[in-house]
Parts: sequence; C-alpha cells; structure tokens
Amino acid sequence: MASIWEYANPKKFIETSNRFLPWISGAAALSLVVGLVWGFFLTPDAERFGSTVKIIYLHVPSAMMAISAWFMMLVASLIWIIRRHHVSALAARAAAPVGAVMTVIGLITGAIWGQPMWGTWWAWDPRLTSFLILFLFYLGYMALWAAIEDDDTAADLTSILCLVGSVFALLSRYAVNFWNQGLHQGASLSLDKAENVADVFYFPLLVSIAGFVLLFVALVLLRTQTEIRARRMRALLARERMG
Amino acid sequence: MMPELGKYAVEVAASYLSSLALIGLLVVLSVRRWRKTRDALAAVEARRRGDG
Repeated sequence: MASIWEYANPKKFIETSNRFLPWISGAAALSLVVGLVWGFFLTPDAERFGSTVKIIYLHVPSAMMAISAWFMMLVASLIWIIRRHHVSALAARAAAPVGAVMTVIGLITGAIWGQPMWGTWWAWDPRLTSFLILFLFYLGYMALWAAIEDDDTAADLTSILCLVGSVFALLSRYAVNFWNQGLHQGASLSLDKAENVADVFYFPLLVSIAGFVLLFVALVLLRTQTEIRARRMRALLARERMG
Repeated sequence: MMPELGKYAVEVAASYLSSLALIGLLVVLSVRRWRKTRDALAAVEARRRGDG
C-alpha cells in the first residue's frame, strides 16, 4: 500500500488530485443543490423561528467549515513544521481563503438571523466574539503569506500563527459549553437525539453539510494545485534571473 | 414555485443570495486562477525547454 507521504511529492499530488477532482466537484455540486433546494423549498417553518429556520442550511454548514478549515490548516502546518513537506504548507495556504469565506457566510447569515430573533445584528457573546476573532486570524494569516517573499519563511511564520489561532477556533466551537452564557444557542446537531433538530430539518441539513464539506475539499485540492504551480513558476523565474 | 416565507422573506432571501454569491465568487476566482497559473507555468516550461 502506498504511503501517505508519497502525496507530499508535488507531481504525485497533482496527478492524484486530478483524478479525484471531477468526482468530488460533481458530488459537491449535487449535494449542495439537493440540500439547499430541499431545505429552502420542501421543509416547513419552525414553530419558534418561522421561515428563518431555512437559514440553518447555510449558517450551520458554513460555521462548521469555518472552524474545520482552520483545524485542517493546523494539521497541515504541523506537518510542515515537523516534516518540511512543501505541499502541506501550500495546502494550508490554499485552504485559508476558503475558510475565510465560510466564516463570512457564517457571520452574515448569523447576523441576518439574529436581527429578527434576538432583536440585534450582533452581540459580544462568547461564541460570536471568538468567531469574529477567528475571521481576523484568517485575514492575518493570508496577509502574512502575501507579505513575505521567501516561501519557507512565510510557511514557518504562518504555521505559528495557525497554532495560536487554533485557540480561537476551539473557543468558537466550544464557547457555549465553556461559559454557558450569551445569546447563541447550543449546537444544532448532536449525537443525543433529544437535543437534535427535528428530523424534518435534520436530513436536509446533513445533505447540505456534506455539500459544504465536499465543496471545501474540491476547492482546497484545486487551490493547492495552483499554489504548487505558482511556487514552481517563482522558482523557475528566479533561476532564469540568476542566469 | 416559491415557498411562503411570511414576514421573514427578506431575511431568508438575503441569507441565500449573499451566501450563494460569495460561494459563486470563490469558485469562479479559484478556477480562473488555477487556469491562469497552469497556462503560465506551461509557457515558462516550454520556453525553458526551447532555450535548453
């Protein structure tokens, strides 16, 4: 069986990801369309929330992916720090804009939902605040990559930033449990059936989450290929300049 | 066939429109940069092969 470290070879990574990308992209498009159409058109209003319950098919998956993307970046950063595989550092770089967009979607849909339900667009609640700080970490992470010319130095510094930011990714996931205060309610999905949303909302939500996960994977594979090629191009051009 | 969204129609529509616009923009920009980088690298490699 092939070792996972084979995919640290840029050429092998591009070849393998090219084989899977059309399937993952197709599955992402299909599950997003099914999940969102099911949630938007075919589910009833909730007793307490009216039609705003339809926002969960966007808000929950995007917020989940915002946090998960940071943890994927953390794992890739740790691989870079420990094993010095360029592909892992570039995969972390590739994931950041996707995670940032997911965070913005989570913030926007949360604010739009919060206005009619809580009577405010925003509150300095533990979960919301740590989620906003996570977004600022995303911006800082991308700015740091862009600001440093040497790729290895940029990978080192952004990996450390990623380690620090993980505290806020964790907080935005578990702040509700830690403090048990603030406006944001507990998780919409739980292994405990009694705490879960009703089945009529649960199944389209699962499909929608699958769509967001697959979209994330497809975009990260595509963008990692871009980063690998951009890095190779910079290296070739630098070699040309040096004669 | 639009579902009846009642008094929260604006909120629900705004959530879907803004999210789908952001996702669409992210996908378009990612694919465009992927194509541009792939073609630019192919051109540099072809030029180097020609030089060599």
